[in-house]
Amino acid sequence: MPMKIGEKPFFGRVDDALEKTFMRTAMASAQDRLRGRKLDATVRDEQIGDWEEWRSAGEEIRRHTLENLDYYLNQLSENFSRKGGHVYFADTAEDATRYIQEVAKKKNAKKVTKAKSMVTEEIGLNEALEEIGCQVFETDLAEYILQIDDHDRPSHIVVPSLHKNKEQIRDTFRDKAGYTGTEEPRELTAFARSQLREVFLEADIGITGCNFAVAESGTISLVTNEGNANMVTTYPDTQISVMGMERLVPTWEELDVMVNLLSRSAVGQKITTYVTNLTPQLEENSVDAPKEFHLVILDAGRSNALGTEFQSALHCIRCAACVNVCPVYRHIGGHAYGSIYQGPIGAVLSPILGGYDEYGELPFASSLCAACSEACPVRIPLHEQLIRHRENYVAQKGKMSEKLAMKAFGIGASTPSLFQGAVKGLPAIMKPLVKDDGISSGPGPMKLWTAVREFPVPEKNNFRSWFKSHKQEGES
Amino acid sequence: MAEGIVHNKDAFLNRIASKLGRERTEAVVLPKWKHQPQWEVFKNDGADDLLGTFRKSSMAKSALVIQTERANLAATVKEAIEKYGGGLVVTTKDRRFAEYGLESLLADSKTHVWDAGLGKRNIEIAKQANIGVIFSDISLAESGTIVQFNDKDIARSVSLLPVTYIAIVPQSTLVPRMTQATQMVHQAAAEGKDISTCINFISGPSNSADIEMDIVIGVHGPVEAVHIVVADK
Repeated sequence: MPMKIGEKPFFGRVDDALEKTFMRTAMASAQDRLRGRKLDATVRDEQIGDWEEWRSAGEEIRRHTLENLDYYLNQLSENFSRKGGHVYFADTAEDATRYIQEVAKKKNAKKVTKAKSMVTEEIGLNEALEEIGCQVFETDLAEYILQIDDHDRPSHIVVPSLHKNKEQIRDTFRDKAGYTGTEEPRELTAFARSQLREVFLEADIGITGCNFAVAESGTISLVTNEGNANMVTTYPDTQISVMGMERLVPTWEELDVMVNLLSRSAVGQKITTYVTNLTPQLEENSVDAPKEFHLVILDAGRSNALGTEFQSALHCIRCAACVNVCPVYRHIGGHAYGSIYQGPIGAVLSPILGGYDEYGELPFASSLCAACSEACPVRIPLHEQLIRHRENYVAQKGKMSEKLAMKAFGIGASTPSLFQGAVKGLPAIMKPLVKDDGISSGPGPMKLWTAVREFPVPEKNNFRSWFKSHKQEGES
Repeated sequence: MAEGIVHNKDAFLNRIASKLGRERTEAVVLPKWKHQPQWEVFKNDGADDLLGTFRKSSMAKSALVIQTERANLAATVKEAIEKYGGGLVVTTKDRRFAEYGLESLLADSKTHVWDAGLGKRNIEIAKQANIGVIFSDISLAESGTIVQFNDKDIARSVSLLPVTYIAIVPQSTLVPRMTQATQMVHQAAAEGKDISTCINFISGPSNSADIEMDIVIGVHGPVEAVHIVVADK
């Protein structure tokens, strides 16, 4: 499944991540910088007034839109198609990729350029297009770095290559693309520009995600910095935009508020360098605009959240502000989540989209400190949703061994003779494990504890016997 | 483009409605929002305040700002072109060039005025061009942003392919922020008017911080940007 990263179980992935000291330092420093920039552009920016008012505005808009999602999607679809665009409502990831494959075949497309899009990553679009013989070019710098490094996976929603340093990128460029320059970001970036320049102009199809669609005009809005999204949507004759079904606003007035929240929360900018708003046109007579425009609207599990306690998770605008404040993400990095959606929002969203069997452990990757809920520009109560997920997961997954253990504890605790025996016998049972006054390698369920810290040696004297002798001393 | 085809809409939307626990909604009235902080930003600022803010914000986005009078505009544009290396210049096809006395720029042998009639040849020229010159339709003080309503004449390529873009910013196009620009588009859409196929908000040269969060100016779009503000009132 393309949303999934790696095959190892959750704790195995966490162990892998903890061993990568460089990655952890890089993550911490990137997180600090992203967080600092966000604060400068939000609570510390006096020009925009009270940031909390903006958050409330965002929450209000997102709630109303999701509560009336069918209405606004219908409006979007009607306006988009009235102006000549084609709309495909995809129930599943497979439906979406099949439709896009059909368009590519019909166009006899050979080269496809892509702007950054997490949703196309989610549906595994690149693989689907390569399957039918298309050459796919990721053009966002971070995605380009990952693609040429043998399709490495994203570790951050906004900066997918956050886990790589400039030396690693230099080596990848050298080994995979014949780069001969230094590790200077400016030089590395110039190399990507030169590699992709002609590709942009030759591509048959340009593919984008969608930050927000505007229902009232049938418009797709892209919030970017590098200019690649403009290249991708200007030169190919066919444009395909893929959007999660929740990513829309009623009118241009709400677009203003959402773009402001996204730009400031994601990258600490008042506005990103490009906000590109594309609407199909019946009489397209521009030399440099697509002649055919397709919009794919994707469910792929999103509707699981509708009408439930998780509905507000669909308010997310993918700014990663929650990721940038999460102490757990800071230590384990993005790949350990095993999903292309990481951090607190990833731990909430992945189980909704992919189920508890695959992602049920992710909600436990949180200290419930609530920094995520506080950072969210649309006020999603992320930590509360993590708790709800845990409850559901435990209720669904309650394992036999756990049930048996609890049952045994129940019998033991309610039978005085058994309880006494267990308390008295514990020091003797644990004795073989004691080393240097501590237990550093425990068996069974203790293993997870002793993997990271020592377990104290049980006292020889237990409370009941201490109390008994203490009382006797007092009486004598 | 003929009218587009829509696939699988009703089944999809019916499922959404049923998950939301109701029938499909036929009419929704947009509520009056309780929170509207966007209208408060620079609410009482006059033209000079907005200009000052636009200058600062443009510079923060690595765009050079030059202020000039209408009478000096042609000379100022010429100077800016030379400062950024001269060479081949491409412009949009826009009546405002003549209105602002820039006929000499258009007539220059090194200037190509976008001509949809020439087809893809325009793109080839824009790709070779060192400088693209455009007019800003709306200009946002808060973020140093120029807005273009692109069409067959106001081509997207002019501000995208050349190494440097020079935007002429009539001072009368300055508004506090994106709020005022989106309100204009909203009004047009609400009145059933067709809106431009590409409404482009551009704030300085292209850039990226994808490598170790270090900002690099000049990625796939322009490497340099100049905003020439011209007093027009």
